[in-house]
Amino acid sequence: MTDWIDIGTLADIPQRGARTVQIAGEKEIAVFRTGDDHVFALVNECPHKKGPLSQGIVHGHSVACPLHNWNIALKTGEAQGNDEGCTPTIAVREEGGRILIARPASLKAAA
Amino acid sequence: MDFQNNGPETASEEQLFVPSEDVREHLVVVGNGMAGCRAVEELLARDKARYRVTIFGAEPYVNYNRIMLSPVLAGEKSFDDIIINSRDWYSDNNIELIAGDPVTAIDRAAKTVTSQSGRTIGYDKLLIATGSDPFIIPVPGKDLPGVISFRDMKDVDTMLAAADKGGNAVVIGGGLLGLEAAHGLTLRGMKVTVVHLMDSLMERQLDEAAAWLLKSALEGRGQTILTGANTEEIYGDGKVEGVRLKDGTKIPASLVVMAVGIRPSTALAREAGLEVNRGIKVDDHMVTSDPDVLAVGECVEHDGNVYGLVAPLWDMCRSLADGLTDRHTGYRGSVTSTKLKVAGLDVFSAGDFSGGEGCEDIVLRDASRGVYKRVVVKDDRIVGAVLYGDTVDGGWYFDMLKREENVADIRDLLIFGQAFASGGGALDPKAAVAALSDDAEVCGCNGVSKGQVVACIEAGNCSLDAVRATCKASASCGSCTGLVENLLAVMLGDDVQSGPKTMCKCTSFTHDDVRREIVAQNMRSIPEVMQLLHWSTPDGCSSCRPALNYYLLCALPGEYQDDQQSRFVNERMHANIQKDGTYSVVPRMWGGLTNPRELRAIADVVEKYDAPMVKVTGGQRLDIFGIKKEDLPAVWADLNAAGMVSGHAYGKSLRTVKTCVGSEWCRFGTQDSTGLGVKIERMTWGSWMPHKFKIAASGCPRNCAEATIKDFGVVCVDSGYELHVGGNGGIHVRATDLLCKVATEQEAMDYCAAFIQLYREEARYLERTAPWIERVGVDYVKQRIVEDEAGREALRSRFLYSQSFSQEDPWAQRAAGADAELHQPLEPIAIAAE
Repeated sequence: MTDWIDIGTLADIPQRGARTVQIAGEKEIAVFRTGDDHVFALVNECPHKKGPLSQGIVHGHSVACPLHNWNIALKTGEAQGNDEGCTPTIAVREEGGRILIARPASLKAAA
Repeated sequence: MDFQNNGPETASEEQLFVPSEDVREHLVVVGNGMAGCRAVEELLARDKARYRVTIFGAEPYVNYNRIMLSPVLAGEKSFDDIIINSRDWYSDNNIELIAGDPVTAIDRAAKTVTSQSGRTIGYDKLLIATGSDPFIIPVPGKDLPGVISFRDMKDVDTMLAAADKGGNAVVIGGGLLGLEAAHGLTLRGMKVTVVHLMDSLMERQLDEAAAWLLKSALEGRGQTILTGANTEEIYGDGKVEGVRLKDGTKIPASLVVMAVGIRPSTALAREAGLEVNRGIKVDDHMVTSDPDVLAVGECVEHDGNVYGLVAPLWDMCRSLADGLTDRHTGYRGSVTSTKLKVAGLDVFSAGDFSGGEGCEDIVLRDASRGVYKRVVVKDDRIVGAVLYGDTVDGGWYFDMLKREENVADIRDLLIFGQAFASGGGALDPKAAVAALSDDAEVCGCNGVSKGQVVACIEAGNCSLDAVRATCKASASCGSCTGLVENLLAVMLGDDVQSGPKTMCKCTSFTHDDVRREIVAQNMRSIPEVMQLLHWSTPDGCSSCRPALNYYLLCALPGEYQDDQQSRFVNERMHANIQKDGTYSVVPRMWGGLTNPRELRAIADVVEKYDAPMVKVTGGQRLDIFGIKKEDLPAVWADLNAAGMVSGHAYGKSLRTVKTCVGSEWCRFGTQDSTGLGVKIERMTWGSWMPHKFKIAASGCPRNCAEATIKDFGVVCVDSGYELHVGGNGGIHVRATDLLCKVATEQEAMDYCAAFIQLYREEARYLERTAPWIERVGVDYVKQRIVEDEAGREALRSRFLYSQSFSQEDPWAQRAAGADAELHQPLEPIAIAAE
């Protein structure tokens, strides 16, 4: 069964931006909010050279990595276009205005 | 130079007009406007050799695009931009152009024409293309100085001169021409009142609902619109001072533009005894009552109709040229449509929308988007359409209207436009353009049909530029650029040669198009740009968003709210991201000067935040590496405390001003290059630019500051300052071009500010000065900065105005707590993994 961690509200994340969540012993997680207010969570690493995706430009449901401009689909973590690679995603849900992400144990299982 | 050249360019005037040895039939054209020249173009396209051609023009210019006078007035285009045929076209085709000398009489018996200056020349065929004259309403004061029409380049010059002085203008006439004049004058800073006799604007093109939307939009832009207003008198003592209406209202004005309509210019033909009704009467081959005299354009009447739009003119010219080359196709009249941009607002109308027996209206209103569409259907066929706010489907409706297509099957979906009604649902612009019929008009400005564009592409023109150069489609206002590009894509697939590249895959517009439209339509935000220019993605991409953010910032200093989410990470974090995700921090050192306090502060920061490396940069600064995102505000606070501000080493902005020690210390130094460098840096720091920008000031020609590979470089000499531009030390090393030499430090600063502003306003985003100068030419830059003194001063003051908003240290703001969330993780989560 999935455990969910409350990480804050939608308003804590800038629209077309991201914030990070650090859980002890785990890779940093980037939580994105798109222009149409969807929320996605990914490991904060580009599959290319581990660039911090949370610092990239969010457009549509993608983010452009700040290091080499790879475009990563937020939903699947897949690199788009001619680039190949995939960043692990983390399940997210919204409940009563709060954002919840799946607990690391599930993350490990999913990864 | 070739002194042996005896071509027409060097022939003396007398030689030009002695009867030529050329034995070909002589075609004399009266009128050097759009119709006259287009007719000649069509003729040459059919048979280059058949006629010897002489063209008389009343205006002292080559042939220009009269319908583009509005953008010239609005400042979006220059006269050079709207020239249709340059001098080369006349000489290449051996056409004699007699400009600035109108024809005043025709002697049909002798087959000669006589001009104002007294030239008399003979013709075999005469073509009258005198166009139309503005209608001047017969009110008292109509002849006062300051009362003009809006018809030719001279009128535009008069309006520009009046607008320079500011004040109030009245435009009489709320038709297309009047509203364009009002828009241009508003943009030029005048307070404009439009006086319109009828109850709604553009009543011949728009129904009441669309006219109301248009009126509200124009009022929102600061114009006063008076409908149902009857002009009684134009008053003034020696020059115009205002307009008085029938109801007694007085409107003060230093300029009155009369744009109430046009009437065919027929005086010459009438005096020559040709048959004239409302216009000069012509048959299907544009022949008048005299078989050797033809007429074309707005001055003619064909089958009872007189046309005042450009599209019928193209049809007439084709029939005329066919007739002159013995291919009698014949003109059958034109169904007209109008697709207009009135003051940057999209408006379309076609056919008959007055309603009446048997007519059904299909209407769509979307008030929040400012969209109104109305299609009038009669007997299952479209007879009229009015579109406001979204005119994308205008061409499609018009195409069906002309072909009298039965729309019964798609009636329910008709109003939603082609994409919907064609069943696809998806908006595929390529499918839409592929579905157009061959005679559908693609380019309204130049009257080019889809079939002609297709033929042009088939003839081997594989790029947008080539198509524009050959058949002229999209070469004028550019609003059909997307259509032409889609046609290229449909026909050539991947073989399309990219011309001016579009900004990115989100739009069919180029950088230049977008910048022009941002200013022309007074756009104020990224979503607005994307909405008005039909972006194909919901919120752009990582290429276009930073560019749009910059263009808006540059266009609206002090007003535009910078969009942080549209900036690259370095500009958002005010530091340079490194491969491990940490940042490097470069404090500003003015002109490369520093002192113990600053050096201690840097040393302290390095130790306190455990920075693994400090390095001297190529721009004479110190770069502190390995700072964590969370620590940045604290680092900046410490550096601020020592008096240092952001060095902008991360930005598309002024980076550093590199200096040598100059005359204060150096035995070769000629001027105080260090002091000048500091002053220039104080003036220019903090300015956002299309790309990074580097400056250097060297104290003598030994050039220790390497000023000749900088974007702007100063090399001091005994007698003053050499100013260099467009240098680059990057992948492609480029030495600067010498801009000019100036005598004083102040001039060096002024020229620097003007040059930066020109670059800021005209270069494309991510274009360094070096490729920009290679693109526009150093002569152009010299003309703008060195020769045009007033222009230079205007550029300089625009730069300084913009700087008054940009010289705030972003580090201090962040150190004080602004945007703290950008640096901190969401929650201090201390949950250990289980």
